[in-house]
Amino acid sequence: MKIIKQSGLIIFLIGLATFIGIIFTGTFSLTQSELDTFIKEKGFKSEVIKTQLKNTIVENKDLNIFEFSSGVTTALETSNNHYNKLISKYNSEKNWAKKGEQYQYKISDKPHSLSFTLAKKAGKGFAAENTALAWFLTFGLGIIGALMFIIPDVILLGKPGIKNDGIFLNAATNRGWIGWFAFIFLVTFYILLYFYPDYIVNWVYLVDPISISISGNPAGQWFLYGFLYCVVMTVMAIRMYIKYRHNKYQILRTTSVLFFQIVFAFLIPEILVRFNKPWYDFKNAFPLDYDFFFQWNLKELLASGGFGLFILVWGIVLTIVIVPVMVYFFGKRWYCSWVCGCGGLAETLGDPYRQLSSKTLLSWRVERIIIHSVLIFVLVMTGFALYTFFTQKGVVLGIQTQTIKDIYGFLIGSIFAGVIGTGFYPIFGNRVWCRFGCPLAAYLGFVQRFKSRFRISTNGGQCISCGNCSTYCEQGIDVRAYAQKGENIVRSSCVGCGVCSAVCPRGVLKLENGPEKGRINPTEILLGNDVDLMELVNK
Amino acid sequence: MKHIVIIGNGISGVTAARHIRKNSDSKITIVSAETKYFFSRTALMYVYMGHMKFEHTQPYENWFWDKNNIELKEAFVGNIDTSKKILNFTNSETLTYDTLIIATGSKPNKFGWPGQDLEGVMGMYHKQDLEKLEKYAPDNKTCKRAVIVGGGLIGIELAEMLRSRKIPVTFLVRETSFWNGVLPAQESKMINNHIKEHHIDLRLNTNLKEIKADENGRVKSIIIEETGEEILCDVVGLTAGVTPNIDFLKDSGIELGRGVKVNRFLETNIKDIYAIGDCAEQHEAIGQRRNIEAVWYTGRMMGETVAQTICHKKTAYKPGHWFNSAKFLDLEYQTYGWVFSEKGKKENEAYFQWQHPVDLKCITISFDKNTHQFLGINTFGIRMRHEIFDKWLTENQPIEHVLEYLSDANFDPEFYKLHEAEILAKFNKENNTNILLKKKSWKRIFAR
Ligand SMILES: Cc1cc2nc3c(=O)[nH]c(=O)nc-3n(C[C@H](O)[C@H](O)[C@H](O)COP(=O)(O)OP(=O)(O)OC[C@H]3O[C@@H](n4cnc5c(N)ncnc54)[C@H](O)[C@@H]3O)c2cc1C
Ligand code: SF4
Ligand code: SF4
Repeated sequence: MKIIKQSGLIIFLIGLATFIGIIFTGTFSLTQSELDTFIKEKGFKSEVIKTQLKNTIVENKDLNIFEFSSGVTTALETSNNHYNKLISKYNSEKNWAKKGEQYQYKISDKPHSLSFTLAKKAGKGFAAENTALAWFLTFGLGIIGALMFIIPDVILLGKPGIKNDGIFLNAATNRGWIGWFAFIFLVTFYILLYFYPDYIVNWVYLVDPISISISGNPAGQWFLYGFLYCVVMTVMAIRMYIKYRHNKYQILRTTSVLFFQIVFAFLIPEILVRFNKPWYDFKNAFPLDYDFFFQWNLKELLASGGFGLFILVWGIVLTIVIVPVMVYFFGKRWYCSWVCGCGGLAETLGDPYRQLSSKTLLSWRVERIIIHSVLIFVLVMTGFALYTFFTQKGVVLGIQTQTIKDIYGFLIGSIFAGVIGTGFYPIFGNRVWCRFGCPLAAYLGFVQRFKSRFRISTNGGQCISCGNCSTYCEQGIDVRAYAQKGENIVRSSCVGCGVCSAVCPRGVLKLENGPEKGRINPTEILLGNDVDLMELVNK
Repeated sequence: MKHIVIIGNGISGVTAARHIRKNSDSKITIVSAETKYFFSRTALMYVYMGHMKFEHTQPYENWFWDKNNIELKEAFVGNIDTSKKILNFTNSETLTYDTLIIATGSKPNKFGWPGQDLEGVMGMYHKQDLEKLEKYAPDNKTCKRAVIVGGGLIGIELAEMLRSRKIPVTFLVRETSFWNGVLPAQESKMINNHIKEHHIDLRLNTNLKEIKADENGRVKSIIIEETGEEILCDVVGLTAGVTPNIDFLKDSGIELGRGVKVNRFLETNIKDIYAIGDCAEQHEAIGQRRNIEAVWYTGRMMGETVAQTICHKKTAYKPGHWFNSAKFLDLEYQTYGWVFSEKGKKENEAYFQWQHPVDLKCITISFDKNTHQFLGINTFGIRMRHEIFDKWLTENQPIEHVLEYLSDANFDPEFYKLHEAEILAKFNKENNTNILLKKKSWKRIFAR
């Protein structure tokens, strides 16, 4: 068994190394006619970029992706610089007609997105041409290796039960060098994904066939991400199944998030695209789905006929009715731990890191400030966006709607939710995004705290203050602080993962939905002591 | 301002301090030689096992004490001058008090075995024991085998700890079956099997004769009393119970038995001196409880109580219905009310028992043969609601009531398999009754 596990690790690492290595393979170039078609499609009028691109990516046949990328981005920059100069020149000459003419030559595409689109057409080499083999050597080996590493635990972990031995003695799970390595890997991955998609175009080639078979289109970087997400979640869900095989709550919950990720977040949207409908994830509720009320989305929905209208109504009802009503009955866990994709990744890939979240009072304070600021931010931004949509005015109170949307998308949508939210798992624990950033979680939290039947009941006086519950709470809730006072836990941030209850060695905690009365039960003297005294002090 | 000094920063001393602070502005000082900050002794095992870091065992952040104006003094009290109300520390400092609470806890028993003080022999009580274990048994290369002497709750925890680092363990238990002085045979047997399944070399009916040293004065082996067998080992864990940690009080004039003698108000024979927690010994036992109760909960309850008395609400220590819990490796145990082992139970007490055919789950309900009054329950592998059982005990409900409403009491996580129906069916069959299981009702659960 041990040998299988160790070979699994080696195979996984080979897969990972190939995966990283494959970025550097292949050559990228376009033929003149391909370039011409592309420029026509895009409607670029700039002559400068035409010649620039010709000189670099058409003339040179063996560019690697980095040279290719720099060729394209420089071409774009040179072209825009050229016309900017003309603009300021005519400006100083007060030649308004000429000045106005120049604007049509400017290109507003993001450099690395443009480069990605071109690279996607231009690639030759291992990933682009031997896709099946390349897939096997990366994804295939990764999956096989990971499963070989994980599955022997059925036997190696021994009898079913809580198996947290050695977690704080292990470099991977205690911010040791493996943890830091994973951190660097994840952060780099997200930076590439969000900001330099062209650098990872070879990865996208690997999933082209899969994308074509589902949606009919070749893959983009987001298809790659969606596919990778599903693969990682599935593999790590198997780990969850083994680790918590004695705990049915964990098994059902894991199955549920996995189902919603694969079917709702991955398959259905891609299939919608196949039928020329808008890409839509039916479970992704506003404000987590922050661009739902953006002009382009509303326009697209309204342009897609009855189906688009249905999505629009669904999206609004989901946020305003379904989400809070469900939170009333079941707590926010129904979304955060049973449905949500971010939660799903945190509970599968992130589970090994849950103990790293900070439990200090200070971090609780910081958490409340940040998460509520994000909520306000997203609401203000949506207000602006809707104003723009209805009035068609791009400027509100002297602020460009577009600017504020861009800032949100960059800071919150990309940096916070992706780079920090997932990249920091190995350092700050999983659920960094869910705890500190997610505006939907903040909204659900209000409902959970003030109007819900959900609570974690504390079992009378049974707590021995051991601290397992607090240590393994991914949301950084000091569960023990309540349990040792005999007090129920009704914190807005609790995502109902149920792990505090699972790890408690004395059976003190139970997640349950019950009457609102008696849900909050402050106590000073715990059950088990003199009844008169309890009444005297607890009143 | 009155100065209240508490010796010992365990659960009892700290609970007392917290509750005194809620009700008074007196100056409070907690003295401890073990650690500056309060930590949970019950969690020591998890630190060695790597489930937690030591800091996780501290229930309060370090600023808590300052914020609540509770002073912490790290020193060992050598003796007390009760006439001058002065504590003399072993580092020759002193501290005067107006009110003194002794909450010094326990220390591991040593029964005078030859070799019991050798290097590599240790108890498992204080933080220093944990550090010693880390030193002598960091892995299974340094410690090729460990022998644990004494089959109680701490013994089995120590065995689990060592097994988490794959260290071979021999576990010497004096009784014929694990903890069968406390547990009914059904449960005790289940644990015996469970221990063996965890690859622990369990030796029942076995006593320690002596511990042998190598040429460096370190543990080399132990000899078994019954067979004379020698077992080579690098570490010996002594976990044969605990005794109150009160040697420093010998000449203080405070009345001592095995522990510090106290009345129901937790007062000692000397005015303004109280004793609570593991080290306190009641003159007369309360109900069926022992005179010295060395568990977490009673320490906490005595702390809660003594604080009221000190803050001028003189309150007797009146613990409610007995409850307890433990975990034997993967096996969770809870108990409410009194269930005695076959050896300990009285003539009028009868059992109703149920055991799952495959899973490690079983219950024993103890009830009065004549009146059918419910006396207590042991559950293994099933969690139960403390509040419900406390209520049933107070109401003197018969066993039939308990079984009928058993669904209200289940505290297992959601979606767990429920066994109330099977349990009730067995009872009905054995007793020719026809009790129908009531569905769980929130209304009943919250009716208080
Ligand atoms: C490994 C282990 C596991 C346990 N598990 C459980 C469990 O699961 N459930 C349960 O109910 N109970 C359990 N117990 C028992 C429980 O921990 C004790 O009953 C409880 O900690 C006693 O608390 P206390 O406040 O009376 O004393 P202690 O916690 O022992 O604290 C006394 C403190 O006083 C200090 N002290 C003593 N003498 C002096 C002196 N002269 N000068 C200065 N300081 C001094 C000691 O160093 C110590 O720090 C366990 C105990 C151990 C060791
Ligand atoms: S309190 Fe418990 S259920 Fe809630 S998030 Fe923390 S560990 Fe999960
Ligand atoms: S894990 Fe259980 S016993 Fe330990 S502190 Fe938390 S609630 Fe209390």
